[in-house]
Amino acid sequence: MSNNQAFSGTIERRAFVKELISLCPEALVIGGLGSSTYDMFAAGDRDQNFYLWGAMGGAAAIGLGLALAQPNKSVVVITGDGEQLMGMGALATINAQQPKNLTIVVLDNGHFGETGMQHSHSSLGTDLTAVSKACGIAHSFKVKEASEVKTIQEHVLARAGVAFAQVYVKADDLPRALPSRNGVHIKNRFRQTLGLAPL
Amino acid sequence: MSSQAAPNDSQTHPWQDDIFNVLKKGGVKQVSYVPDAGHAHVIRRIHADPDMRGIVLTTEEEGVAIAAGAWLGGDRHALLMQSSGVGNCINMMSLLESCRFPFLTLVTMRGEYAEFNPWQVPMSQATQGVMELMGITVLRVSKPEEVEDVISAALDSVFEAGERVAILLSQSLIGRKKWVRN
Repeated sequence: MSNNQAFSGTIERRAFVKELISLCPEALVIGGLGSSTYDMFAAGDRDQNFYLWGAMGGAAAIGLGLALAQPNKSVVVITGDGEQLMGMGALATINAQQPKNLTIVVLDNGHFGETGMQHSHSSLGTDLTAVSKACGIAHSFKVKEASEVKTIQEHVLARAGVAFAQVYVKADDLPRALPSRNGVHIKNRFRQTLGLAPL
Repeated sequence: MSSQAAPNDSQTHPWQDDIFNVLKKGGVKQVSYVPDAGHAHVIRRIHADPDMRGIVLTTEEEGVAIAAGAWLGGDRHALLMQSSGVGNCINMMSLLESCRFPFLTLVTMRGEYAEFNPWQVPMSQATQGVMELMGITVLRVSKPEEVEDVISAALDSVFEAGERVAILLSQSLIGRKKWVRN
């Protein structure tokens, strides 16, 4: 454990996600497996939320498919460090496509929160912002103060290029807030907000 | 990407144009892939088409997730991969079943006919089984004249009925891989 870095996130994740969604009320939002999905639901259920209860590592790639299909809508992926680490290659795939309307927000507490708060790679020396930059995503930045939610909002609303935000959140264990686990229901109501038939 | 030279292995067959034409006519907008010589011609045509988006992947499971996102936004998507890539998709395929996402994939087979590389064999032998275990209907095409009809039928099942269908393109259809270059 000698390579542990001090991990000093101080941002309250629930309040941060609530603020971000309220600043981007039209955004289509994908929530990664685990705490990120709970944070989104706790902020208020929305038909434009797609919650993941599995498919670990898939959140950003789902965001890519959606962003390419809906170029005139802002798409936000809200996920955790563990979920993003499992899908790190997707950052290279996303960069190759350059969807202008996609913002990836990683709520990074440096731990696997759902399974007993084991250290993740991001508190063991891996810098996810540097990974994202190295994949070619120019707008990759760290957020260490809650007030910087405005910077993310600007990227989401501008739809001027892929953005990646690593948000340093507190490593705390919050009460769960559980959205529907019926994937068909979540999918169909999401599609209906875009005028698409349930299928 | 459209200007890249064809690799030596990539001999173009008329059935490969059939695949492209079925996808195009079927309204498929997003096509993601980990390359295979058997798919190379279709990949080139997709990148050359202004109405289609070719998406190169780092691993095949990304394509499963992209398919789901595309459908959430109203786009038809297809995943092109080689049999060795199917194993990389297994857990992500639970997303398809859990949410009943339409899913179309075309899989070029290795490890079953005039195969030079034994490392291709284990995943090849498991390809159909693992997809069926994950709830995907598997069709196989071995004759050039069947390609158009089978893929077109699969496309209807996927995007009209919301099914999950994989089409295996036999290694005998694709032809022997040249191991010694002249």
